[in-house]
Amino acid sequence: MSEANGTALDFDRVGMTYPDGTESLHVISFGLDTGEFVTVVGPSGCGKSTLLRLASGLLKETAGAVRVDRDRLGYVFQDATLLPWRTVQKNVELLAELHGQDRDARRRTAEEAIELVGLTGFERHHPKRLSGGMRMRVSLARSLTLDPSVFLFDEPFGALDEITRNRLNDEVLSLFATRGFAGLFITHNIFEAIYMSTRVLVMSARPGRIIADFDIPFGYPRADDLRFQPEFAQIGARVSEALRQAYE
Amino acid sequence: MSTEPIEALEAVPLITEDPDPVVAVHVESRSTASKVFARLRLLSAPAVVFAGFMGIWYLLSWRYLPTVLGRASPPEFLRSIILPYPHDVVNVAFLDATNLGDLLSGLWLDTRLSTFGLGISITIGLITAIAMSQARWIERSFYPYAVFLQTVPILALVPLIGLFLGFGFSARLIVVVIISLFPIITNTLFGLKSADQGLHDLFTLHTKSRWVRLRKLQLPNSMPAMFTGFQISAGLSVIGAIVGDFFFGRGEKGLGNLIDLYANRLRPEELWAAVFFSTALGLTVFMMFGWLRTRLTAHWHESGEPGS
Ligand SMILES: Nc1ncnc2c1ncn2[C@@H]1O[C@H](COP(=O)(O)OP(=O)(O)O)[C@@H](O)[C@H]1O
Ligand SMILES: [Mg+2]
Repeated sequence: MSEANGTALDFDRVGMTYPDGTESLHVISFGLDTGEFVTVVGPSGCGKSTLLRLASGLLKETAGAVRVDRDRLGYVFQDATLLPWRTVQKNVELLAELHGQDRDARRRTAEEAIELVGLTGFERHHPKRLSGGMRMRVSLARSLTLDPSVFLFDEPFGALDEITRNRLNDEVLSLFATRGFAGLFITHNIFEAIYMSTRVLVMSARPGRIIADFDIPFGYPRADDLRFQPEFAQIGARVSEALRQAYE
Repeated sequence: MSTEPIEALEAVPLITEDPDPVVAVHVESRSTASKVFARLRLLSAPAVVFAGFMGIWYLLSWRYLPTVLGRASPPEFLRSIILPYPHDVVNVAFLDATNLGDLLSGLWLDTRLSTFGLGISITIGLITAIAMSQARWIERSFYPYAVFLQTVPILALVPLIGLFLGFGFSARLIVVVIISLFPIITNTLFGLKSADQGLHDLFTLHTKSRWVRLRKLQLPNSMPAMFTGFQISAGLSVIGAIVGDFFFGRGEKGLGNLIDLYANRLRPEELWAAVFFSTALGLTVFMMFGWLRTRLTAHWHESGEPGS
């Protein structure tokens, strides 16, 4: 298990015990550099969301230290978390607005982000009228407006059908290629994990520890047929085996 | 794999704007016609009920009332006391200038009372609910008194109110406020506190200001519930005005005073007309706020489109 000192994000022997005594994370160490895309897989309830909440600063660790450059933090939640009373345009403008950008600047950034996620033409729609995939795109666009240097994803596409999920994976990867952030991605889907990442971490059941660490040797850009390569299947088998142990 | 946009895939079943122009013509004309039908059907049900109701009224007043109460008493007299014909109500109360004048000035007084009272309730209610939403201790300290206002029988307060405010307009106004305040506080507070936890997290990540959170998250989030509160209170404010008239009769006469008067002087036609006016006033304000809520929130709130 590597103990790299990430420049973008660093977990140093981090533990998290909730006030009610639930020990959620147990001595987690890993680092993350710009240009790395790390995915964490693990049984549900093992502390994956807790990990991201610690990284974002929403929670404070109870042991060890979390070091993150939070100036430009992107965080896509499991739900799209849009303001239902705002249009797509206004939703995407929200973060820039909260950070005090002036009207013209944030309108321009928002339009760019909307175009990047392929929602041009839907600026004036309210979330109520969008499909689940389109809402996730709005959520993605909203994070993009801050041009994140660290980008956290908490099972963002778990609720979507496979085709939509694959497309959104490709969109995230193309953003990763063009923007060059440090990505920390959570999923319970092994193949999504391998397809996206430079590195896959497997967590044990609660209290979460990192029990396996795989470097993914494929270069970018990646295309759909990668999923059908023998090498892809081999790594899949090894991650799957590690994950099976995680449940024990 | 290419990243060609899949909006077409996703959008077609969801987005009804910009349909194929040729098809659009048919869709447009058919939907206008079917809209008219839908409208008619929507109106026809209440109209049938109204006609049925009127029929029963006439039947009761013409046929059964005299029999039920015994042939011995003069039927004409009894009928006119207990259940006058609807057309008599119209003739005596609406077509007689003096009577109509009394009723309209009563209506005007109660309209003003309930409007001012509701305005005060909305102001106090919103401020209270916002304050309560900002700190647990404020909620805990003030909520019991809001409940007190809601549960105290207004009759029990009459002497006190009279002592402090006299028996005129301001006393009646207080009654309106007491009766209509509670639903505004509770509904608004519920709306302010029910914003999604994920949205709260989002704001926590990107702003430290509670004012910004209140203005951009909690207040808009509370709108549907807030307007439900306004709507309930609008109906209550009219009840408050009529009840206030009953207890505090000095000065101008409201519909409540007229109801009291007509009942005592055995003037059933006017009595029924006064009941009609007060109901109409209540319904009007109730529907106005319902309409306003739909206008302001139906395009984004899950609970519905107008008319559905
Ligand atoms: N606020 C909390 N208080 C107490 N326990 C919590 C809290 N949030 C999460 N937990 C517990 O911590 C564990 C990890 O939760 P979470 O990070 O959400 O898991 P995952 O995202 O991997 O499914 C779970 O067992 C959960 O019940
Ligand atoms: Mg989770």
